[in-house]
Amino acid sequence: MYSKGTKRKFYDSVDAATDNKAALYSRQRQSLLDMSLIKLQLCHMLVEPNMCRSVLIANTVRHIQEEMTHDGSWQLVTEAFGSSGPSDHLVATEVLCRSSALEQQGGGPKLYSVMGYDGCREEEVVTDEALCSVTFSGGAPSLLGTIDHCWDRAELRMAAVEDRVIKDSGSEVESGEGAKTVMGQVFGTFEIKNGAPGSDPALEELFSAVDASYYDLDTMLTSIQSTPKMGPYNLLDSMASSHGPTSNSSCRTDLSELDHIMEIIVGS
Amino acid sequence: MGEDTESSKVNHSFLRDYVTEADVISTVEFNHTGDLLATGDKGGRVVVFQRETVVGHKPKGELDQVGETGESGEYNVYSTFQSHEPDFDYLKSLEIEEKINKIRWLPQQNAAHFLLSTNDKTIKLWKVSERDKQPEGYNLKDEEGRVKDISTVTSLQVPVLRPTDLMVEVRPRRVFSNGHTYHVNSISVNSDGETYLSADDLRINMWHLGITDRSFNIVDIKPANMEELTEVITAAEFHPHHCHLFVYSSSKGSLRLCDMRASALCDRHTKLFEEPEDPGSRSFFSEIVSSVSDVKFSHNGRYLLTRDYLTAKVWDLHMEKGPVETYQVHDYLRTKLCSLYENDCIFDKFECVWNSSDSVIMTGAYNSFFRMFDRETGRGVTLEAWRETSKPRAVLRTRRIYTGGKRRRGDVGVDSLDFTKKILHMAWHPEENIIAIASTNNLYIFQDRVSPDTQDPDLGSNTI
Repeated sequence: MYSKGTKRKFYDSVDAATDNKAALYSRQRQSLLDMSLIKLQLCHMLVEPNMCRSVLIANTVRHIQEEMTHDGSWQLVTEAFGSSGPSDHLVATEVLCRSSALEQQGGGPKLYSVMGYDGCREEEVVTDEALCSVTFSGGAPSLLGTIDHCWDRAELRMAAVEDRVIKDSGSEVESGEGAKTVMGQVFGTFEIKNGAPGSDPALEELFSAVDASYYDLDTMLTSIQSTPKMGPYNLLDSMASSHGPTSNSSCRTDLSELDHIMEIIVGS
Repeated sequence: MGEDTESSKVNHSFLRDYVTEADVISTVEFNHTGDLLATGDKGGRVVVFQRETVVGHKPKGELDQVGETGESGEYNVYSTFQSHEPDFDYLKSLEIEEKINKIRWLPQQNAAHFLLSTNDKTIKLWKVSERDKQPEGYNLKDEEGRVKDISTVTSLQVPVLRPTDLMVEVRPRRVFSNGHTYHVNSISVNSDGETYLSADDLRINMWHLGITDRSFNIVDIKPANMEELTEVITAAEFHPHHCHLFVYSSSKGSLRLCDMRASALCDRHTKLFEEPEDPGSRSFFSEIVSSVSDVKFSHNGRYLLTRDYLTAKVWDLHMEKGPVETYQVHDYLRTKLCSLYENDCIFDKFECVWNSSDSVIMTGAYNSFFRMFDRETGRGVTLEAWRETSKPRAVLRTRRIYTGGKRRRGDVGVDSLDFTKKILHMAWHPEENIIAIASTNNLYIFQDRVSPDTQDPDLGSNTI
């Protein structure tokens, strides 16, 4: 960066500090987004989830996405992946798998403090690592089992788009639209899940393969064929207890599987 | 249950937690005279306490002569019943919790007491009545109720009513079901004595107490497309005197006062109470902490009290642009919002209450602390509802959270607060300075006792 012998100037260090701050904020925001999306996934248990909580989390996600779109980091993420299919796909694209581009930019250690927007210091939480390490090496069907049953509605849809290769790059991101579809997934679950047959062909297609066994916690957990510790519940546990994930596998190798998760969440 | 040989290897702690989980108190409410106190718990049970009548108990207003009579009556268990059972929604394949979300008493009209209790879906009207006499001396039945052998009956007798031990009978009188698609968070009895409202996340219905198969929908904020849902109803209450007015609060921090005379469907508010957001303090958590968890009209009907995550606010019904008073409940949590979001504590719904004269407001916090604010002086005090530190009849001492500066003995550091000990539910006696505080499984009742030597009231405790 500097030619040999050049003395570093004062303003350079200030710039570096500002860059660090921006990168830090960006990481904090990212981890908040990740945390929020996980919360939305995990909120569907045996009892109907608390709607107020879901709405507030969804609004937080929307807010983050808007801000990220606004300052261009959303574009950055999608370009890094070299993929941008329909806008709603993009909502989830960078969610679980941390953009390696951002990581390289940030350049910091994988572990970092989760701070609030206003700069509070909290315990270290590994989110990006944990999230990147969510491996579903058993393939798509088993990975579906790991996601809470409410998202399984998109199972068929996901299978349909599985083979669709996302080649188009650099298309404009409509975060509003993307956010909307995510929200639709969340709040759609508050409606009756199994509609009357013949009422809506799209719904029918989704529900025709609905399998009640996904309500069974055992089914959900045993269907995680890879390391058991990386189920969604373990994910949350690992976040809460600040454990580092054992697997340090690179995000890139799991990209395609993670894309599948995105498709489920977004239901593109 | 049969695997005794394995029991030593089984970790039973989850069973212990399960057992006590059902005992967690989820609502507390005094009746209109304050003689009865009802609590509902997560297991669907309702426990009603009754105040002992003390001979020579002086009514409020003569506290300066209290030296002779001393104590007020204590609350003892009056009746316990199972109000709601766990249920299953077959259409959505989801369980319906039996947890009692709210209890509201009806104004007393005869010797019996009536209360409404609700879980997420169904509201029930219960009649609580006493029986202290029992008919005896039937001709055809013996004392145990078995039919007598006719041949043994040689003479006729007239049955008489004889006094027996007091029995409290509780019977369900009405079941208001199938009114709500979403979870009921509030019920409120109207001042007309005939109707009440029930509010869920997206709709508010009005019922007649005598009619169970119909209700009127008076507010509906469900968007046509659920993807566009950004706001839910968090609480609702009827005005204490005007039977046509009610208020509801939202997750975005706004309050809407509606007049049922204006239209049948009150989607358009009569007044909207909203505090403009301070752009300087905006963060990702701003919206979440602004969500109103409870709203209560003052007894005089002129003010509203609301609770959001960090503050309690008093609003004047005549001024929509902002609250007239704002009280910081636990501002030291403002820098901890991220962790509180992570562990879901940021979604805790605290209740708030007025005292009988609307001069003091009270709300709960963490670490078994609760706060009282004197509206005249603006000062707040922190008190603790914790068995270890309060013996019966002990005087409550004020607590302090250490946030910097000189640390006094007994101050509690912010990082040592126990966020699992939250005071969410509480009630204030309608006429006297008696408060009921629910702290997970325990109910604390604190009574004001003016000591004869000083003018300052202190609080004595009675743990149940």
